[in-house]
Amino acid sequence: MHRYQAGEGDRRRMLEAVGCATVDQLFASIPAEVRCGQLDLAPGRSEEEVRREFWAYAVANSAPECFASFLGAGVYRHAAPAVADALLQRGEFFTAYTPYQPEVSQGTLQAIFEFQTLVCQLAQLDVANASLYDGATAVVEAVMLAARALPERRRVVVAGALHPDWDAVLATYCEPMGVTVGRVGWGRDGRVDAAALRGALGDDVCAVLVQSPNFLGVVEDLAALGPVIAGSGALAVHAVAEATSLGLLAPGGAFGFDVVCGEMQAFGIPAAFGGPLLGFFAARQPHLRQMPGRLVGETVDAAGRRGFVLTLSTREQHIRRAKATSNICTNHGLMALSATIVLSLLGRRGVRETALASHSTAEYLKNGIRGQGSGARVKLAFPESPTYNEFLVLHDEPDALLARLKAEGVLGGVSTSRSGGRWPTGVLVAATERNTREECDRLLDGLRRLA
Amino acid sequence: MSGERSFRAPERLIFERSTPGRVGYQLPALEVPPVDPAATLPPALVRGEIEGMPEVSEVDVVRHFTRLSKWNYSVDEGLYPLGSCTMKYNPRINEEIARLAGIAQLHPLQPEDQVQGALALMWELERALIAITGMARVTLQPAAGAHGELTGMLMIRKALLDRGESRKVVLIPDSAHGTNPASAVFAGFETVEIASTAQGTLDLAVLARHLEGGNVAALMVTVPNTLGVFEPEIVEAAAMLHANGAFLYMDGANLNSFVGIAYPGKMGADALHINLHKTFSTPHGGGGPGAGPVAVSEALVPYLPVPTVEKRDGRYTLSSERPASIGKVRSFYGNFGMLVRALAYIRSLGRDGLRSMSEGAVLNANYIRRRLEGEYHLQYDGPSLHEVVFDDSLQAASGVKNVDIAKRLLDYGFHPPTMSFPLIVHGALMIEPTESEGIDELEEFVAAMKAIAREARENPDLVKGAPYSTPVQRLDEVRAARQPVLRWRRTKD
Repeated sequence: MHRYQAGEGDRRRMLEAVGCATVDQLFASIPAEVRCGQLDLAPGRSEEEVRREFWAYAVANSAPECFASFLGAGVYRHAAPAVADALLQRGEFFTAYTPYQPEVSQGTLQAIFEFQTLVCQLAQLDVANASLYDGATAVVEAVMLAARALPERRRVVVAGALHPDWDAVLATYCEPMGVTVGRVGWGRDGRVDAAALRGALGDDVCAVLVQSPNFLGVVEDLAALGPVIAGSGALAVHAVAEATSLGLLAPGGAFGFDVVCGEMQAFGIPAAFGGPLLGFFAARQPHLRQMPGRLVGETVDAAGRRGFVLTLSTREQHIRRAKATSNICTNHGLMALSATIVLSLLGRRGVRETALASHSTAEYLKNGIRGQGSGARVKLAFPESPTYNEFLVLHDEPDALLARLKAEGVLGGVSTSRSGGRWPTGVLVAATERNTREECDRLLDGLRRLA
Repeated sequence: MSGERSFRAPERLIFERSTPGRVGYQLPALEVPPVDPAATLPPALVRGEIEGMPEVSEVDVVRHFTRLSKWNYSVDEGLYPLGSCTMKYNPRINEEIARLAGIAQLHPLQPEDQVQGALALMWELERALIAITGMARVTLQPAAGAHGELTGMLMIRKALLDRGESRKVVLIPDSAHGTNPASAVFAGFETVEIASTAQGTLDLAVLARHLEGGNVAALMVTVPNTLGVFEPEIVEAAAMLHANGAFLYMDGANLNSFVGIAYPGKMGADALHINLHKTFSTPHGGGGPGAGPVAVSEALVPYLPVPTVEKRDGRYTLSSERPASIGKVRSFYGNFGMLVRALAYIRSLGRDGLRSMSEGAVLNANYIRRRLEGEYHLQYDGPSLHEVVFDDSLQAASGVKNVDIAKRLLDYGFHPPTMSFPLIVHGALMIEPTESEGIDELEEFVAAMKAIAREARENPDLVKGAPYSTPVQRLDEVRAARQPVLRWRRTKD
């Protein structure tokens, strides 16, 4: 028998107890016409053999850890304290189920309650849920919430540069729900075209989505946009792809936005080739009953002690079924725990320091590119616009440029060619507190010589 | 706030442990000139330090979360017989592999020549899932089972639209998971619940009646069903659906019961989601992340989400050349970290280990059924596969409900079964032991369940007051819902 299963002796005794001579008899209810023969797979392997196969996959990849990496565009390489993974590897956390039995799940429940609190603090909003799959589906859930809250309005407006994957996922979900997606482009400064946005608003718009910093790295003027959107009667949604920006930039919650949601991978979750990531979702109190996903609430036990439970589950699929606020069941609980640990370690001071260090490093790069002068072959796409830790440099052949940089040990960023044709041609460069000055100088030197 | 210190003492919230001036992390020295954000960013958009965020040391954090962890039950501790959830052992080698730098640190937007290993791994997992299901192709993109359901139903919808049909109705048996109707609705359908037979299985006469109008897009059915019973007429049902122009969506939540025994492909499934966090042992993580790949028949291949991994001239590539695709259902390519673990599990077990996995899961459920029959009532007595659904009707006379039995089980050191599901069994206790357990662990569980049955007869108040030995007693869920407190706030002092 396999090492993950019980032994032959167990099987013999149990077969005897159930009155079967062979285990095959237990499958008599499965008709012959649907049976398969032996599976077309190799025999089972030892741990060492499995390790060998996966090392081969791993070394066939170029791990960004071995390069100076400026990759971003939705997934960022920030500090991942050793403590976070050490705690995640406790079996009490990662081999537990969704906390349906609160008396033996207080650890998970209290950690989620802390996560919800941290999300509310970052978003400056009243309520947050226990997590969603990723930023893309978080944005979808925000639009679905708006469509429920304002059922007569069947249009959503994407204001400015939304992450292309998020935009694509939004389109996938909206079409069958009968919600149309309108898009307002960006101006020469990379920010949403405010005049065009005003023109696009109307009494059929249920939600306006603003990503800030947007996909091009530019910080949108949420202070100005919030009142404009609110005035139209639509719900305002602030989408966040780089959650560490919330350590420095005021969130939509400060400007009357109804929902702040998006991706929290930046708080120490490994890139893992794009998943699992961590969707987060915060809203104003009036939207509580329309929130998607799980919520943990505080209560007391029979002896009056504080405890935590999953609550308001009448919104959810296992109770409300076809009328649920979302179909989500399993969410990204362990990633939420990871972010909770990282945010606790960083704390009040570290969250801002991380953001400031990332911002400062990106500004150093921008200044370096500016310093290459008007004759340089790479240029800042939006030289006058505020950015956080990511910015677009224009170049006619970004993929070739990135390949040349890689040959010198620099992963210089993400080519906009990866995201379809509607973006200015160039490279999105992201910096974090993990990029050293030497790495930055190598990138700048590479851009000077190789562009 | 700090109570009496003991191994059961409550742990304060991380915010309540905060002590001004403590820090838990040191950033690398900033080598570039520090920026004044007032000069680089619009001042109105800049915030200061966030009031109320924790100020704790690294030691504080380690102790806090270690203490919290001790308040959880987990598979590492023992049997976790949640029916429908397949709480099996999570091998540690999979955790080690998933953390290799070439896997865990890989960025999703690196050029394809830098990620050939990752693409090969995804290709291999898709091949393995095809071998296991007998289906045509598999998308690895969905993040969880419900996400897979939605993805499958979107593909069915697109296939119908391409045929010029706008069928609106999705049929769902009354025994189904709640995600099924929710997912169907988010895919733009209306759901109609159909009654099961007296045996709790699919009723073909009812199915035929619903198919008459020509407005049925699909039937969503779990195989084996949520009673753990194989649908004896699934092939006939598939034939009826296909003859009518409708599709068969199969919920693969219970796949652990027949890997290496039968093919969903041969049952006529058009789409089948596979919960990698159930059958293929990726850890549940206290509520995810999971992964919900969807296997499809030839009819749905054109509609798969993009991108798919293709192999051309010995190289792997991400292809979006699929004009009829439903598009994307999430960012990037899937919960890759979970895909890695699932493939490692499939490789570890191999063809024989996978079959013995399902054999063990089914034998263990049948063993529990045999040992508890008579003590607990079995409303549907069809042949069990990987789980068995008892109910509390034998205990009802003394006023003991399934929730009481579940809570009392905690005092015996076991996580309870799934309760009150499926909905067609009143007072359900749904037990799925999985193949991870040996006879000794199952016998201890049986002994606990028998002891509780006896207590229910002799001292029902004891059962109704349980649990007594857990860190907290029964929690006031009504209060939590009526006066929601969903976040910590600093109390004014």
